[in-house]
Amino acid sequence: MMEIIGIWMAALLTLCILSFLYKDNPFYKFAEHLFVGLSAAYWAVYSYFNILYPNLIQPLFGHGQLLLIIPLVLGIMMVMRLFPKVGWVSRWPLAFIVGSYSGYNLITYLQSNALEQVRATLVPVIQIESWKNLFTNPGVMTFLNAIAAPVVVVGVTTGVIYFFFSKEHKGVFGGFARIGVWFLMIAFGASFGYTVMARISLLIGRMYFLLHNWLHLI
Amino acid sequence: MNIVDHLEKLDRRIIFLLVLLAVIIPLLLPIGFEIKVSEPVQKFYEAIEALPPGSKVLISSEYDPATMPEVYPMNQALAQHCFKKDLRIIGMGLWPQGIPLNQASMEQAAEEYGKEYGVDYVNLGYKAGGIVVISAAAENMPNTFPLDYAGRPIEEFEIMEGIRNFDNIDLIVSLSAGDPGVRHWVMIAQGRYGKKVAGGVTAVSAPAFYPYLNAGQLEGLMGGMKGAAEYETLLEASGTASRGMDAQSIAHGLIIFLILFANLFYLLGKRRKK
Amino acid sequence: MKKQIPLIITFIAGMVMILQFFIPHRPFSDLQQLFNTWFLIITVFAMILGLGNLFKVHTKRLQRRPKGWWYSIVLLAGFAIMFIVGMIWGPARGTPFDYLFWNVHLPMSSMMFALLAFFVASASYRAFRARTPEATLLLVSAILVMIGRVPLGNYIWDKLPLIGDWIMSYPNMAGQRAIMIGIALGIVSTSLRIILGIERTYLSGK
Repeated sequence: MMEIIGIWMAALLTLCILSFLYKDNPFYKFAEHLFVGLSAAYWAVYSYFNILYPNLIQPLFGHGQLLLIIPLVLGIMMVMRLFPKVGWVSRWPLAFIVGSYSGYNLITYLQSNALEQVRATLVPVIQIESWKNLFTNPGVMTFLNAIAAPVVVVGVTTGVIYFFFSKEHKGVFGGFARIGVWFLMIAFGASFGYTVMARISLLIGRMYFLLHNWLHLI
Repeated sequence: MNIVDHLEKLDRRIIFLLVLLAVIIPLLLPIGFEIKVSEPVQKFYEAIEALPPGSKVLISSEYDPATMPEVYPMNQALAQHCFKKDLRIIGMGLWPQGIPLNQASMEQAAEEYGKEYGVDYVNLGYKAGGIVVISAAAENMPNTFPLDYAGRPIEEFEIMEGIRNFDNIDLIVSLSAGDPGVRHWVMIAQGRYGKKVAGGVTAVSAPAFYPYLNAGQLEGLMGGMKGAAEYETLLEASGTASRGMDAQSIAHGLIIFLILFANLFYLLGKRRKK
Repeated sequence: MKKQIPLIITFIAGMVMILQFFIPHRPFSDLQQLFNTWFLIITVFAMILGLGNLFKVHTKRLQRRPKGWWYSIVLLAGFAIMFIVGMIWGPARGTPFDYLFWNVHLPMSSMMFALLAFFVASASYRAFRARTPEATLLLVSAILVMIGRVPLGNYIWDKLPLIGDWIMSYPNMAGQRAIMIGIALGIVSTSLRIILGIERTYLSGK
C-alpha cells in the first residue's frame, strides 16, 4: 500500500514540475519550494549522522579527544556570519578552509592537470605503425588514426598558445592561436553534443518512470 | 512576416511537444537498435575483469537524483559486475544524495548474487570536503569513517578488517555528476597515491575527462546513459540504460533535424537580405 | 587584527598541506591528518550557515508577506517534516526518511533537471547558427558527436560511431587538455597568491 502511495506521490510531483513547460504556475511553485525545503533537511540529516556525530560529537564527548574543541569553536565562529555585528569572526574558519584548499589545489592541479598532461602530449608525432596501416588499407578510419598523434600535439600546443594572453595575438603567434580556437571549437561542439545527450537521458529516465512504474504501459 | 520568419520564431512549446513525443514513442514502441561498445567503456569493464576474486573495490557515489537516469544504471551494472566476479565493495560518497542510490544498487545486486552487508559490501556514507576527504581516507580510513552510513561502528563489519588506508583498496571507482568527483579522485588517489581509478560520469562532464583517459590517469570511463548502456551490453544484462537507447537515438535525430532546419532558414533569410 | 590573523591562518594551513606532499613524515603528516579532520567538521558548519541564511530569508518573507509568501510555509514545512523524520529514524534504508527521499525528493529533483532537455532542444533550434567558420566547426563537431554516440548513428553508417569516438579521443581531447592546462595554471597561481596573502578578496565583507 505504502509503495502505491509513494509511486502516486512521485508521479504527481513529477507532473507538477513538468507543468512548468506550459508556463510558471502555482503547482510548479509549490513543488519547487517543497523541493528546496526537503533538500536542505536532507543535507542537514546526512551531515549530522555521517559527519557531526561520528567525526565530532562521538570522539569529543565519547572518547575525550579534546583537540576537537578547536574545529568546534571555529565552526561556531563560521555560523556567526549570520549576525552582522560579530560576522567578522567567521573569517578565521573561512581562512582555514581557503588556506587548506589552496594548499591542496596548488600541488594537485600542477601535478595531475598540468605536468602530467604535458607529459602525455609528448608523443612521437609520426606513428609509423598507423601510417603503414593507412597505406596497406586506405580508408576513413585508417586515415584518421594516422593523423591522430599530430592532431593531439598541434591541438594541445595551439590551444595553450590561445590561452596565453600576455602576448598580443598577431602574426605567426596569432595564426597559432587561431588554430587553437578551432580545436577549442571542436571541444565545445563535443561538449554541446554530450550536453544534449545528458539532458535527453534525464528526460528518458523520468518518462520511463511515468510509463513503467506509474502507468504500467511498458 | 513571411514563412521563413515564422519558422525561425516557432513557438517553443511546439518544440517541447516534439521532444516529448520523440522520447515517449520509442519507449512505448521499442526499435531495438544495436548498442556498440566504445573503447573507454571496454577498458573500464576490463579493469574490473582483471581483479582477482576477493579484491576490494571502492565505489564512491558523487551524484544525485537529478542525474540518476545517467549514473544510477552505471552503479547498478557495476555492483552486479563486482558481485558476479566475487569482488567486495566498499561504498562511500562525496555527495549525500548519492549514498542511498549507491546503497540501493549494492542491495539489488547483493540479493541477486547472495551477498551479505558487512561481509561482501558496506556503505561508509557521506563526508563533506571533497579533495580533503579523499586525502583523509587515503591516509586513515577508520579515522575518517568510524561509522557506516546508518551509524553502525565499522569494526562490526568483516569486510573492514585489515583496512587501514588506500593500500588495502584494489580499485577506486568514482561515479560522479560534477565536483567533487572523478577529477579529485584522479588528483589525489591516482596522482598522489598511485591508485587505479576509473570513472562513471554524466555525459555533460565526460568530454573533459578524455585527457585523463589518454594520459593513463583513468583506467576507464563511462559517459552518460550511453556509457551505462554499453556496460550493460558487456554484462549481457538489460537495464534501464539499454532500454532508453532507442529514445535517445530518436531524440538526437530530432534535435539534429531542428538544428539543420533552422540553419537552412537562416541561410535562406541571409541570402534574401543580400 | 581582523585581517592579520586570518591571513596567518591561511598561510599556515596552506603551507602544511603543501609541505606534507614533499615531506610525508612527522610532524607534517600528523598535522595534515589533524587539519583534514578539522576541515570536515568546519565544512559542516558552513552548511549550517547556509541553512541559517535560508531560514532568515523565509522567516522574513513570512513577516513581510509579499506576493507568494505562503510558498515559504511550504518550504519550511517540507524542511521540518524531512528533518524531524530523519533525526528520529536516521537515514538508513527502509526508514520513513528513506521513503520520503525516494518518493518525494527524488522525483522532483530528477524532473527539475529533465526539464533542461526541452530547453536545450529549443535553444539548439533558436541559437545554434553557422554564422562564422568557427561556429560552423562547433556545429559540425556537435552533430557528428550527437549522431555518432547513439545507436542510430551506427544504423545510418557503421563508421559514424568510430568517427564520433575519434573526435572525442583526439581533437576534443586536445582542446580539453589545453583548457585543463590553462585552468590548472590559473588555479596554481591563484592558490599561491592566496597562501602568500596577496589575494585577499575572500576576506572582504563584514
